[in-house]
Amino acid sequence: MNADKNFLVGVFNDEVVLLDGIKKVRTSGLKIHEVFSPFPVHGIDDALGLKRSRLPRAAFLFGLTGTTLALTMQIWMLGYDWPMIIGGKNYASLPPFIPVTFELTVLLSALGMVATFLIVSDMKPYKWPRQFDIRSTDDKHVMAIDLALNSGKSKDEIARILREAGASEVNEKNFE
Amino acid sequence: MAHHHVEVADEQYVFRPETKRKLFYLLFAGILLFAIGLGYAISQEGKGGHHEEGHHGALHTEKMVASNEHGAAASEGAQHDEHAAASEGHGHDVHGGGEHHEAPTWRKRLYTTLWQNNVFFIGLGLIGLFFVAIQYAAMAGWSAGVKRIAMAMGTWIPIAGILTLVLWFLTHHDIFHWTHSYLYDPNGGQFDKIINKKAPFFFWPLAGGTFPLFFILRMVLFFGLWYYFFTRIRKNMMAEDLDPSTEYWYKNRVVSTVFLIVFGVSSSIAAWDWVMSIDTHWFSTMFGWYVFASWWVTALAAITWIAASLKSAGYLKVVNSNHLHDLGKFVFAFSIFWTYIWFGQFLLIYYANIPEETVYFIERMRTSPYSWIFYLNIIVNFVLPFLLLMTRDSKRQLSTLKLVCPIVIVGHWFDFFNMVTPGVMQHDGGVGFLEIGTFLIFTAVFLLVVLSSLTKLPLVGKNHPMLQESLGHHI
Repeated sequence: MNADKNFLVGVFNDEVVLLDGIKKVRTSGLKIHEVFSPFPVHGIDDALGLKRSRLPRAAFLFGLTGTTLALTMQIWMLGYDWPMIIGGKNYASLPPFIPVTFELTVLLSALGMVATFLIVSDMKPYKWPRQFDIRSTDDKHVMAIDLALNSGKSKDEIARILREAGASEVNEKNFE
Repeated sequence: MAHHHVEVADEQYVFRPETKRKLFYLLFAGILLFAIGLGYAISQEGKGGHHEEGHHGALHTEKMVASNEHGAAASEGAQHDEHAAASEGHGHDVHGGGEHHEAPTWRKRLYTTLWQNNVFFIGLGLIGLFFVAIQYAAMAGWSAGVKRIAMAMGTWIPIAGILTLVLWFLTHHDIFHWTHSYLYDPNGGQFDKIINKKAPFFFWPLAGGTFPLFFILRMVLFFGLWYYFFTRIRKNMMAEDLDPSTEYWYKNRVVSTVFLIVFGVSSSIAAWDWVMSIDTHWFSTMFGWYVFASWWVTALAAITWIAASLKSAGYLKVVNSNHLHDLGKFVFAFSIFWTYIWFGQFLLIYYANIPEETVYFIERMRTSPYSWIFYLNIIVNFVLPFLLLMTRDSKRQLSTLKLVCPIVIVGHWFDFFNMVTPGVMQHDGGVGFLEIGTFLIFTAVFLLVVLSSLTKLPLVGKNHPMLQESLGHHI
């Protein structure tokens, strides 16, 4: 059996049951492929044992790039390329450069974060995401278990664990 | 999220003798430094060597005089030529002639540091109440466990009120240039057209140069109102502890909302009155915001610091790293806010380049005892908290919070130093034993008052309607 193809999908009605269920499923030894929920559930990252996102570091580096770019650009333009005296100040005087520097820092940091997020999450144009259960976009929480990665347990056993963890229904989902 | 009710045990802060002793040591250290500093300042009086480094050029002497006095600080006649240029537009044609009110430098220095520390600590007390009021008005749940710390800081308000009145009557002639009656006498040699126009703001309904009735009434009114709201909110808090209904919370919400309106107006006017009017000719439309921003971030750092210290001492079981994270975010965010206000005020004046406005910054940026503080201010109050509190982990750990919060508090003490001192002391100011000693004395007494007040109420309001929400707070 190939990985990432055949799944059992547990459907949960309530986020408190879901959080509790995640813990139960993980202690039973099952590996959870992914959990989908219609709204952010506090504590779900910890329950799933996910590592913290490194997005803030990317944001910092993009911000730093913006700061450097803005300062270099302004100092070069107004200090060297086309020196101009404005308001009797030095060619390259720092205070009036600060607003532009701030804006470019924020802009690059924000755009960089969005770009990084899209790339890391593999969200590109015309890529259609796989649906484990369309109701996860409405009012159900959905937990997907990859059968190939949990081959130590039978399909029935996995379904039983999911039901005991609080799933209101368990369905099979296969992708080709 | 957690639907089950969590029982919260009663917590009472105990002001242990060891802690008290430490604070008394701090107080004695302060008194010692204060005495040494004052003795030294008195012994230096009249030796005249206090600002050799001050004379780098005409620029120096010019601007120091420009902000205020017509050469009252300049007992050497050397300055009198230059400041003719600087006082243009200030409407006085005779200057330097009347040093009849010349105060000894040590006394001005003593009064300046007392006034500066008083203004700084007014902020800590007032913002304690402001913080609590915001939590009520915003119906904030996360802060249920730390509200009482801020409330205890509000205990300082009545003490600050008495101190302010006493200090004002003691020091006003040395600190507030506008209190001199000769400025308002059109026939006198030292008539000041600009200050005379501002006279009603201080003296209404009396004539300029008499008793500043309007000014004093405002001062009394502000402290009276702040104390009134403090008492009302605290009373409701105490009643809530005995009666588990939401009634008192709703009452406090209304009181808090009214207080916030009062605070918005009064804090701003207080900043003009008690700080900005020292440099009487100068004004900035952002000044109310500037003082507020400095007060606010200082008090947030103080609340966070006290909460972190109590947590390390085993108190505040209801406060976990999520609440610390929020407090840390507050300090981080409002350090940036302060910087924004600081820069907003600076850039406009820098760019407009109008002499009567730029003089304020030239005094602080280019003049010997203040220049290093001007730059230190930005490093300590922006760069350090910005970098040290940027990551999530640093905001969630007691150790980093207990490092950064004192830095921010001391940093803003320097901020207030540079707001108050140059206008009074000119070249003769500085941070020495006297200033540090005064700061330690104020800190020790403030903490003694606040921590004693903290013992009077349970540390956490058990019947706070959002305590359960706060326990499940997760970010």
